[in-house]
Amino acid sequence: MGRDLLIHVKDLRTYFYTDVGVVKAVDGVNLEIGIGETLGIVGESGSGKSITAMSMMRLIPQPPGRIEGGEVLFYGKDLLKLSEKEMMKIRGNEIAMIFQDPMTSLNPVLTVGEQMIETIVLHQKVSRSMAKRRAIEMLERVGIPEAKGRVNNYPHLFSGGMRQRVMIAMALSCNPKLLIADEPTTALDVTIQAQILDLMNNLQQELGTAIMLITHNLGVIAELCQKVLVMYAGNTVEYTDVNTLFAKPMHPYTYGMLESSPKLELRKQRLDPIEGHPPDPYRLPQGCNFAQRCRRIMPVCEREKPTLLEIEPGHFVSCFLYERVKI
Amino acid sequence: MIGTNKATETLLKVENLKKYFPVKKGLVIQRHVGDVKAVDGVSFEIYPGETLGMVGESGCGKSTLGRTILRLLEPTQGKVIFEGQTLNELSREEMRKIRSQMQMIFQDPFASLNPRMRVRDIIGEPILIHGVLNRVEREKRVSKLLDVVGLSTHHGERYPHEFSGGQCQRIGIARALAVNPKLIICDEPVSALDVSIQAQVINLLEDLQAEFNLTYLLIAHDVAMVKHLSNRVAVMYLGKLVELTSSEELYLNPRHPYTIALLSAILLPYPNQKKGRIILKGDAPSPVNPPSGCRFHTRCPETQDICKVMDPELIDIGNKHFVACHLTIHTYEKIKVGNSVTNHQ
Ligand SMILES: Nc1ncnc2c1ncn2[C@@H]1O[C@H](COP(=O)(O)OP(=O)(O)OP(=O)(O)O)[C@@H](O)[C@H]1O
Ligand SMILES: Nc1ncnc2c1ncn2[C@@H]1O[C@H](COP(=O)(O)OP(=O)(O)O)[C@@H](O)[C@H]1O
Ligand code: SF4
Ligand code: SF4
Ligand SMILES: [Mg+2]
Ligand SMILES: [Mg+2]
Repeated sequence: MGRDLLIHVKDLRTYFYTDVGVVKAVDGVNLEIGIGETLGIVGESGSGKSITAMSMMRLIPQPPGRIEGGEVLFYGKDLLKLSEKEMMKIRGNEIAMIFQDPMTSLNPVLTVGEQMIETIVLHQKVSRSMAKRRAIEMLERVGIPEAKGRVNNYPHLFSGGMRQRVMIAMALSCNPKLLIADEPTTALDVTIQAQILDLMNNLQQELGTAIMLITHNLGVIAELCQKVLVMYAGNTVEYTDVNTLFAKPMHPYTYGMLESSPKLELRKQRLDPIEGHPPDPYRLPQGCNFAQRCRRIMPVCEREKPTLLEIEPGHFVSCFLYERVKI
Repeated sequence: MIGTNKATETLLKVENLKKYFPVKKGLVIQRHVGDVKAVDGVSFEIYPGETLGMVGESGCGKSTLGRTILRLLEPTQGKVIFEGQTLNELSREEMRKIRSQMQMIFQDPFASLNPRMRVRDIIGEPILIHGVLNRVEREKRVSKLLDVVGLSTHHGERYPHEFSGGQCQRIGIARALAVNPKLIICDEPVSALDVSIQAQVINLLEDLQAEFNLTYLLIAHDVAMVKHLSNRVAVMYLGKLVELTSSEELYLNPRHPYTIALLSAILLPYPNQKKGRIILKGDAPSPVNPPSGCRFHTRCPETQDICKVMDPELIDIGNKHFVACHLTIHTYEKIKVGNSVTNHQ
């Protein structure tokens, strides 16, 4: 691929072993992110987006979860092989993460400042007063008014949009190389979402942080990302640059998903939904996971699983329609 | 029936409706320290067979409005008139009868279904409550309803947890249809569902409207979806309507600064669409102490002095395009004066 990769995930598999069976939450995910690049991950709920991110950060609850295979290469080094102690140096420092609901990741009994100072002191080996200055500077940077005073507030005193700004300030306070944002604007209103995306865009341009943005909103992908990965039932089904994905989607799921949403700027026409619903994660089919819903299904699709192949330069698809082209 | 009387042309009329929730302080002796003005003087009409969309940001009062219309919440002030009858004046018994004409579909498909009831009993419950059919007829109707929403009779024997989100929403729709309502208030009917499933439910809502001549009040924050389904759209901000017009007109010719900002904040699913996006300052203020004058003045890019002191009324600026903004009224007055001058010449 010849470009400088920050992160390269190869064939990642994370399973959950529950009383009622095995959930193959992530079952062969491949992705790469270049330095300073933004990768978007889209997929239905339950398709394994969050578990992919948590696996990369090694935050899977174990048991019931287990990373069963694959590699997470960060600057060429496999994070899955590091000791927990080495991993702690990476988390929050080299790779930071923000979540959909900021309240779940903010500690309600500590002030925003105390939480930020703790992280900064842990990773940057600076004094507490230096860390506090850095915390205020970051809060100002993400647009918190009167940051000097607000740094001493508890999280519940901030609105939803403000909390997400605080989370971003916290995540970026140690200058990470990669920011993983899991549905950062899903809980927010569109006008507030516009503020947060604008902020993330500006910060990325200033700081050069790579972003892995998880969302189910195709508009957010189009707005912010250079590359897109589409997930379906635990697999990568398509991966390419954002222009190609929207102009020439190749996987039947991607195509159906793009077709099925109402278009604001078009005159009304009947929607063309993907029929049916995603497979039960406890009982994935023997063949292609999308087979039950696919309009272009072929006999082979029910027997075998397709593999992710580079069909055109930089355009990866996992579907037998294109494997035949190769054969 | 009122016959050809003009009143039959509107199915539902809402007049200056208000719903306040008291804010109390103190552990032992509770003092009334203020009100959450969730709905604060809303008026509009819905015509038979149409879909009226209601959009606005979280907390602006959409759900409270829907529930106050159905009298699931008692209004603080104002009137709701359904087919010429003022609901607030009805007795409990009269209200019970009329309620079968007005049903609601909720946002969270799982939470709105009783987990311990079989699906057929969930759908049959409103029929039982309104006592319109005997047992055999009821079972027949439930099977028909399951079929209508795209499920099969055997699904009726199962419990809600055995269904996906989209299927649960179909069950909720079947339950709403059970008593042949005229009006259905759909509160965020698809926002909890995945994109591909949303399209299925949207198509279902359209098909049912055509088949049963239903009227919808569609509450949602997804403007593209609301535009797709609605004939007219109302925009709500902090408990008040700020604009109301046909869905095409709202998209092509939005007049209220809030509507303009809202439309410009929507991200289209195409790359390289960086149009001049309006980024509003700050968050929506609290409905407990809403700003004086125009409630949008704290975030409005066009604020004038008058906006801080005077609350603009919702005014028809022509062709039933209603806007509540001093700016529009003034420019409209100017245009009108200009026109009448040219007419005289
Ligand atoms: N029972 C209640 N007691 C006190 N305040 C309430 C109550 N119900 C709603 N509110 C308040 O009234 C306002 C409007 O709430 P409502 O649920 O109608 O908003 P909404 O527009 O439906 O928002 P969303 O898009 O998040 O569903 C909010 O400030 C809310 O906190
Ligand atoms: N702790 C767990 N135990 C069992 N199954 C889980 C657990 N966490 C996640 N899963 C399952 O893994 C799959 C992927 O989940 P997730 O990555 O959270 O999806 P999403 O794409 O919505 O972020 C889902 O089927 C989910 O139910
Ligand atoms: S592999 Fe077959 S079933 Fe799967 S998406 Fe491609 S054509 Fe459809
Ligand atoms: S009345 Fe004034 S503050 Fe309100 S929307 Fe119009 S211009 Fe803005
Ligand atoms: Mg998730
Ligand atoms: Mg609501």
